[in-house]
Amino acid sequence: MSLAIKPAPVKKTLVVAATPQTAFEVFTTGFDRWWPRSHSIGEAPLQTAVIEGRQGGRWYGLLENGREAEWGDVLAWDPPRRLLLAWRIGADWKYDPQLLTEVEVVFTPEGEGTRVNFEHRLLENMGEQAEGARASFDSEGGWTGLLRMFAAEAAKGS
Amino acid sequence: MAYGNAAFAALSDPTRRRVMERLANGPRAVGEIAEGLPVSRPAVSQHLKVLKDAGLVSDRHEGARRIYAIDPKGLGAMRAWLDQFWDVALTAFKAEVERAANDEKEHAP
Repeated sequence: MSLAIKPAPVKKTLVVAATPQTAFEVFTTGFDRWWPRSHSIGEAPLQTAVIEGRQGGRWYGLLENGREAEWGDVLAWDPPRRLLLAWRIGADWKYDPQLLTEVEVVFTPEGEGTRVNFEHRLLENMGEQAEGARASFDSEGGWTGLLRMFAAEAAKGS
Repeated sequence: MAYGNAAFAALSDPTRRRVMERLANGPRAVGEIAEGLPVSRPAVSQHLKVLKDAGLVSDRHEGARRIYAIDPKGLGAMRAWLDQFWDVALTAFKAEVERAANDEKEHAP
C-alpha cells in the first residue's frame, strides 16, 4: 500500500574522550559492560551480552535461564576503525536468520578523542519480513508489543 | 533524529497509543476512531494531528471525509523505538568508554 512508511536509517553521532582503540574495544569486547539491561530481547532476563571479536562472529545474549538469545553476527571486523553488525531481530521481536538490518559503527580520531558515527539501516527489510509472515497486530509482536514497550519507556522517562 | 524523538513523544500519550491501535486494524475516519474513546472528537483530531506531524500517521481525502491510516507494518513506530533505544545504549557506551579511558590514564607509567 502506498501509505506505508519507508523508515530512514537511525543515525547518531557522538564524540567520546578516548582513543579509537579504546572506543572500539569497549564497544565490542566490553559490550556487556555498557549494554542496557532493560533491553534484553528474549524469554528471560539478560545475564551477559556478547559480541564475538571476528568477522563471522556471533552477537548474542546469555540469559539468566542458561539459554542464549541470538541477535545477529559480525559482518565486518576492522579494529579500531569500523564495525559492521547484522541485527536480525524483526518487527515481531524474534530472531530471523534470513532478516538483514545493518548496524555500522565508525570510529574516527577527532582531537584528543574519537568521533563515533553510528547507523542502523535497512529497517525496511523488517517490513518485508512482516509482510511475508503477516505479523498479527494483536500479538506481542507488531503493534501491541511495540506500544507496550513505548508505554514502559515513557513510564521510565517520567 | 528529530523524527524519531517526535514519534516517541507522540506515543508517550496513552490516548494516542489507543488511536494507533485502532488504526492498526485499517484506515478510519475521525468519527470512527473517536467512537468509544473517552475523549471528544475535536480532541481526537488534535491527537491525530500530533501523530501526523510525528510521521506516524498519514491522511487522505475521500469525498468530504478525511481518512487516517498508518503504516500497517508498524515500521514508523519500530524506527522511533530503535531511535530512542540507541540513544539510551550509546549514552551508556560513552560513559563506559570514558571511564575506561580514565582508568588507562591513571595506570599509565
